[in-house]
Amino acid sequence: MTTPTELPINGNNDVVLVRQHVRTAAVDVGLSLVDQTKVVTAASELARNALVYAGGGRVRVEIVQNGLRKGLRLTFSDEGPGIPDIEQALVDGWTTGGGLGLGLSGSRRLVDEFDLKSAPGEGTLITVTKWAR
Amino acid sequence: MDRVPVLKLGDILIVSIQIDLQDQSVLALQEDLADKVVATGARGVIIDITAVEIVDSFIGRMLATIAAISRMLDAETVVVGMRPAVAITLVELGLSLGGVRTALNLEKGVALLKHLEAPRITTAAR
Repeated sequence: MTTPTELPINGNNDVVLVRQHVRTAAVDVGLSLVDQTKVVTAASELARNALVYAGGGRVRVEIVQNGLRKGLRLTFSDEGPGIPDIEQALVDGWTTGGGLGLGLSGSRRLVDEFDLKSAPGEGTLITVTKWAR
Repeated sequence: MDRVPVLKLGDILIVSIQIDLQDQSVLALQEDLADKVVATGARGVIIDITAVEIVDSFIGRMLATIAAISRMLDAETVVVGMRPAVAITLVELGLSLGGVRTALNLEKGVALLKHLEAPRITTAAR
């Protein structure tokens, strides 16, 4: 799997499919078992977020290279209401959706690179990368 | 939607999660278990997650909720078989499942429930 894949996130079953696809890609990249588990968990959190907060979205799964290092990059995008206060949204325990408030803050801890772009009315774009060690 | 079977062994209910759970199945399991605890008068619930490759915050919260519901219905819950990678990920995610009892495997889970069943005897024996 060298070409990027784009998967829809429109229902609960899509969250499961995203997890399975990301797991396969993480194995291909050569991530350790712990790192596979971390990136799949982060993918699950972010996919569910797209579903709960934006009513759906999509994720792009790609293998990236930095010198000899390989990594797995996931880009989640949606056209939902966006996040008005990004700093607050990244605080542990902060939620507007009735969850535990660990989705964003927790996923950030599980990956190596985390980038969040969002504005009210303009949807949300989250890019995460996990590098093989 | 897949449903997770609930097995009864004496006064313990055993649930072994063998599929990649979607959120609806998780919620259904919560209700099935609460019903079965009352219907059977079970004193313990064991949730086996040996086959579970990831526990995210939704599934983690489900485990904590099942433990809380069962406790209210007079049954103790033990989660058994957590993989090391899952434990590491859960803690990093920020979910330490404080209210959930765990044991390394089914056998130790059953032993823990028996131990909890007879607290006075074990305290006296110490």
